[in-house]
Amino acid sequence: MKLTIPEEEIMGHGHLACQGCGGALAMRYTLKTLGRNTVLSVPACCWSVIDGPFPHSAVNIPVFHTAFEAAASTASGIKAGFEIQGKDVNVVAWAGDGGTYDIGIQALSGAAERNDDILYICYDNEAYMNTGVQRSGSTPLKAWTTTTPVAHPKDRPKKDLISIMAAHRMPYIATASVAYPEDLTEKLEKAKSIKGTRFLLIFSPCPPGWRADPKNTVKLARLAVETKVFNLLEIENGLDWRITKKIRKPKPVIEYLKLQGRFRHLTEDDVSLIQENVEKEWNILMNKVGE
Amino acid sequence: MRKVMIGNHALSYGAKISRAQVIPAYPITPQTEVVELLSEMCANGEMDAKFIKVESEHSAMTASIGASATGARVFTATSAQGLALMHEVLHWAVGARTPIVMGNINRAMAPPWTIWTEQTDSLAQRDTGWMQLYAQNSQEVLDSVIQAYKVAEAVQIPAMVILAAFVLSHTSEAVELPEQGKVDEFLPPYEPEYRIDPANPHAFGGLTGPDGYFELRYQIQKAIEDALPKWDEVGAEFGEVFGRKYGLIETYKVEDAKNLIISSATLASTARTAVDTLREKGEKVGLLRIRIFRPFPSAQIRSILSSVDRAVVVDRNISFGASGIFYQEVKAAVYNEKNPPPIFGVIAGIGGRDVTKKDIIDIYEDIMRMDEPKSDIIWKGVRL
Amino acid sequence: MPEKTEKQIVFDKVKDTPPLAVSLYTMDYNKTGSWRNVRPVIDYEKCTGCMTCWKFCPEPAIDAEKYEEDGKEKYKPVIDYEYCKGCGICWVECPVEGAIYTEEEGE
Ligand code: SF4
Ligand code: SF4
Repeated sequence: MKLTIPEEEIMGHGHLACQGCGGALAMRYTLKTLGRNTVLSVPACCWSVIDGPFPHSAVNIPVFHTAFEAAASTASGIKAGFEIQGKDVNVVAWAGDGGTYDIGIQALSGAAERNDDILYICYDNEAYMNTGVQRSGSTPLKAWTTTTPVAHPKDRPKKDLISIMAAHRMPYIATASVAYPEDLTEKLEKAKSIKGTRFLLIFSPCPPGWRADPKNTVKLARLAVETKVFNLLEIENGLDWRITKKIRKPKPVIEYLKLQGRFRHLTEDDVSLIQENVEKEWNILMNKVGE
Repeated sequence: MRKVMIGNHALSYGAKISRAQVIPAYPITPQTEVVELLSEMCANGEMDAKFIKVESEHSAMTASIGASATGARVFTATSAQGLALMHEVLHWAVGARTPIVMGNINRAMAPPWTIWTEQTDSLAQRDTGWMQLYAQNSQEVLDSVIQAYKVAEAVQIPAMVILAAFVLSHTSEAVELPEQGKVDEFLPPYEPEYRIDPANPHAFGGLTGPDGYFELRYQIQKAIEDALPKWDEVGAEFGEVFGRKYGLIETYKVEDAKNLIISSATLASTARTAVDTLREKGEKVGLLRIRIFRPFPSAQIRSILSSVDRAVVVDRNISFGASGIFYQEVKAAVYNEKNPPPIFGVIAGIGGRDVTKKDIIDIYEDIMRMDEPKSDIIWKGVRL
Repeated sequence: MPEKTEKQIVFDKVKDTPPLAVSLYTMDYNKTGSWRNVRPVIDYEKCTGCMTCWKFCPEPAIDAEKYEEDGKEKYKPVIDYEYCKGCGICWVECPVEGAIYTEEEGE
């Protein structure tokens, strides 16, 4: 049988990610596809720890650790530095959801508006996991975190970052999931071939932060797609929306929710509310896709 | 070649002639002309450089750090609120050992909104590890950018070239533009020991615990200490090549001086004319201008203070709850001496209020009437 | 290229320390196999070589061993127990009943 994703391992083992880390899987796929002529600008996020302590590093390509809000701007600087020296390198901003949806959105928006030639990848685990599970703009409705305790779970839906990015009319935006590595590597290949700012959101479950069994990381990522909680899509030039993984018979959200301790407190009403929200978001998305 | 230009454009030409390669910058009054000219020169091909029109000063600095880490020569410029917004990543530039050169136009901090000059914005960054140079005229601004790259790249520590808002930033003066060929010889291309390079991959700035951090910080201190003699060496070499010599400090009529006025930047220029007038009146007075504030030239200052009876430091800045900042540092430099002279501290010119030659003469005459400093601040010019 | 080391490197003195925090070594010294409570085991009698387990291992701790059979290139998954953290993803994702089973660590 053939391998369905690139064979070469660039990311090394021995890294400090938790068991079953979706963010580690996302990095592994990304490096496999982008290859060694790649540089990462990494703001404060799980990966600032996962990569290992000075003077060690797990990824075997250059990593530039930068300030929390500065993944995109640092990447823009790195790209300009290479360009003026005549070097053609894939420059990637590699940030978590806190560094993307929240504190880093200004620099990201600036880079996208200028259309700087960088690939921005957010590995989205839906909370500030590195600091111990605090809510971010990406945390979903009704989820528990340490700052949205069970008595007061998150009262706002996950920020629709993809629409914000689409509003920049940037050349390429995609969502991907660690459960669909072939789709992910295809999107990375495409992103790599395009000039300008490209944005990729990789859905990356976090077993400790989601209070989930590490063995279920890929299963959860798949269920998120099968329940339409997280949709796999591509947007070209901010206007041309396309679903890349069509779900014929979506599963009820409870199948996804019940495997996660962060949703253990949900009442039946809560589950219905989440289901309604999923339908509503799906309809909004369908309008954009034009189906 | 001589060219009439404002202080801001002296910064731009300094960056151009130093062959800066990446310029991420954000506009702020009174720095705007610096980046306007640079963006134009990048766009029309006069400079072989990339200008990044970032969306904030924070991004200006982080883009500068990223570009510098690839081995490119980087310039940026800012002022006041912009510099304060950069604060977090000024530390980053030092820890990452990226020898960026930045122009800062000294402007007072808000609120209330103001755009006039004061040094508190840059002096509030004194513990970040950036080198700081306070220039007194446009020629020195331009010459200092070139020297700053030479020192910064030698010790891998970034440097700020600082000038007063409006008094210098918007004042036109004739400036000698050094020959490009000579500058290229004086300042060869930047070649760092470590750079971001896929062919030779490193992680930069990874998690470091108590077993490693201390030695890295120690090396920053050693590097900035190494820069002390470097500024004098580079300033002297600059003098040999271009005919204008510079050093850590500048002295005026100190040889036989009994009393000393100490100041910086354009205040020092005003103080120089005051010294002339006071000399005519028979006063044995001299001037010490502190050009490089970080690293602080303590030994040079001590040696001059050892032969005077009293000194007054005129500060256009304030550390609230303490005193003028140059004053603190000068006092600290001589504290362990056998018989240090009394040192008076004056705060003047806050928020761009004029400091005239007469003001400096008054300050001098006032302190000559006093027996000893009674407090850390003598206010000059505030309407009490 | 970064070097492999047997132990975590801590520089003894300033003179040995680089001027900035640059990595010079890999993370291979960190034998994450010690984190494991449960050990996945591949039953090669049942394994079809589909490589799904290899694909989804986040470490990576499953090598794709290439071999030839009937003139065809094939792969065989080999778990590297020095680094396998025992997350169980390979076991959940393996499409063949019983091709990966788990043992309590230390059994
Ligand atoms: S997933 Fe199962 S069947 Fe496929 S290669 Fe791995 S062990 Fe064999
Ligand atoms: S248990 Fe987890 S770490 Fe171990 S081989 Fe399987 S997927 Fe990899």
